[in-house]
Amino acid sequence: MAANPRSSADGQQEFRTLSGIDIKDVYRPEDAGLDYSQDLGEPGAYPFTRGPYPTMYRGRLWTRRQIAGFGTAKATNQRYRFLLDRGQTGISTDFDHPTLTGYDSDHELAEGEVGRLGVAIDTVSDMEELFEGIPQDRVSVSLTINHPAIVMLSMFLAVAESRGILWSELRGTVQNDSLKEFHGQKTFALPPGPSLKLTTDIVEFCTKHVPNWYTVSISGYHTRESGADAVQELAFTLAQGMAYVESAMDRGLPVDSFAPRLSFFFGCHNDFFEEIAKFRAARRMWARTMRHRYQATRPESMRLRFHTQTLGSTLMRQDPQNNIVRGALQALAAIMGGTQSLHVSGYDEAYDIPSEEAMRMSLATQLILAHESGVTNTVDPLGGSMFVESLTNTMEEKANEYIARIDEMGNGSLCQGMLEAIGNGYIEQEIARASYEYLKKVESGDQVIVGVNQYQPTSSQLPELFEFDALEEERQLNRLAEVKRSRSDAQVADSLRNLKSAAAKDENLMPHVLEAVKVHATEGEVMASLQDVYGEYVDPGVF
Amino acid sequence: MTTQLHHRNIKVLLAKMGLDGHDRGVKAIARAFRDSGMEVVYLGMRVTADQIAQATLQEDADVVGISILSGAHMRLVPRLAQALTDRGIMDDVLLLVGGTIPDQDVEPLQQLGVHGVFPVGAFTSEMVEFIQANVKSGKSSPFQHQAGEPQPANLSGEVITETRQE
Repeated sequence: MAANPRSSADGQQEFRTLSGIDIKDVYRPEDAGLDYSQDLGEPGAYPFTRGPYPTMYRGRLWTRRQIAGFGTAKATNQRYRFLLDRGQTGISTDFDHPTLTGYDSDHELAEGEVGRLGVAIDTVSDMEELFEGIPQDRVSVSLTINHPAIVMLSMFLAVAESRGILWSELRGTVQNDSLKEFHGQKTFALPPGPSLKLTTDIVEFCTKHVPNWYTVSISGYHTRESGADAVQELAFTLAQGMAYVESAMDRGLPVDSFAPRLSFFFGCHNDFFEEIAKFRAARRMWARTMRHRYQATRPESMRLRFHTQTLGSTLMRQDPQNNIVRGALQALAAIMGGTQSLHVSGYDEAYDIPSEEAMRMSLATQLILAHESGVTNTVDPLGGSMFVESLTNTMEEKANEYIARIDEMGNGSLCQGMLEAIGNGYIEQEIARASYEYLKKVESGDQVIVGVNQYQPTSSQLPELFEFDALEEERQLNRLAEVKRSRSDAQVADSLRNLKSAAAKDENLMPHVLEAVKVHATEGEVMASLQDVYGEYVDPGVF
Repeated sequence: MTTQLHHRNIKVLLAKMGLDGHDRGVKAIARAFRDSGMEVVYLGMRVTADQIAQATLQEDADVVGISILSGAHMRLVPRLAQALTDRGIMDDVLLLVGGTIPDQDVEPLQQLGVHGVFPVGAFTSEMVEFIQANVKSGKSSPFQHQAGEPQPANLSGEVITETRQE
């Protein structure tokens, strides 16, 4: 056996995961190095490696949650109803770039982007229209927004209140992961310190007033899309989570009061086993960290639950139908890794936001895996695999090395360490390095991408693309102008003045933002008021 | 007739216009261009047309590369072309646009004065070759190669201007 040179049929010489972990030809019990109760435990029990719940998909399938949003609130509301009618069980709101970055639709930087890649929300009136006819207390809603999260969540709560729905009945998530914005997604509006303050304001407010809401969706997906490898995604995401825990504890909140309402959001790439190992390692690392570092005692505080989105950046423009297969493989890895909810990216991702046909295919992918593949019949089917357990251990070790480095930068405070690692460009540079290495492998052909650098198609069928209605921008501008005409400018000015003075006094800003949006202050007005106090963040252009 | 070659590194100015935060591509491109011997200035995200044009002038860049993945390219690129024209440098630079660009927008972009369109998935090697083949020579103040100065080591990353003498 050892006499044979290590090469596969088509000449591959090196065997590594996508993040560069060496892979042996075969794994044996000593490689897995497993202490069952210490390292795995029962599903639903510490350290949760095998899953957050005892019965996993036997008890309940994952939530099929395809993100959607485009144009005006009215157009997006129709897409939500379309998806709910076709088996989707939760709503995930994609906002347009002006909304994500805190600008109103009539701001000069918003030109051409209003409603383009997500829904445009300027005022509470838009939020009302977005959820028209959708029972906010029965459908779980994910608001995918970060630095202006405090504004969007306030609008959502205000709409619920006006419909007579108790806040305690609301179930959903606000992404609210401000720190990752500096290395992933980049829809920042405020500097790192103040954005962390707002994230913590939401954690504190919801812990007291919206008890069933998930207050932060600690996100690795965007970090991965920025070019991070699986180890970096794991490390930086958990480090973000630790920073939020420390920040909330610094406010005097007991760890077990808010930790159960933190959730996670990961991407899923092509390397099947590495991704599964990443998910399993994430659960174990979080459990160990929460118990040992932060002295959490409730199992719910240690139990990591996550949403997965298959990575848009893995979807190729060349031969787009191949992306259906990639989406299915990535979705399968997420399920084998024990995800709680899933979005399969549209196969036309490299062209535009998904068409209805692409979304139908993404949902069908999920349904086929759920009902036809049989992989849901037992919990953690790969648990005990000598390869998967070894890889899970290695992922944990390597991610912990990154976390230790960040911890050092903060002299034992992950919160300070993250602010430091963001400020000095460490995280961005690490990601840029990994991203460029991967790109070079693809361009040199060392990493085969079917249809791109090998097996190029001779002809390829172009997908039918999403057709953006260019008039949506104008409609939204008219809507905003109408709201501004009919509101009381004096009330708005008062509410913004109160907000600024509360910010200057370092109070929790949630109640003040709520007051402002109720009198129809716009998102841009609230964010500009906060920027008056806190300043703006400008991209340092690290590469 | 003799042909004299003047060398200097190609200078590329990169920026993202609009609000989208997808900067993985532009950053990797920045590294790839630098590795091929070009001088790279990356302005970062959310840069306006005027800021880009002003920086192009100040940096005396040979190439301007814009990355847009928000779908707003047909709105933003005309503004950039105008800003470059206003400063009288539209004809001096090689203008490249990359990002989520549908096929049907390639020709309209070219009509606006864009020389190269590189949709998501284009290889950096293609871009480097394109720049080397098309970078504009004979700029108003080219670096004059001085006798006795060492030749730049990396020939692939140079502007070569020809001065013909009768």
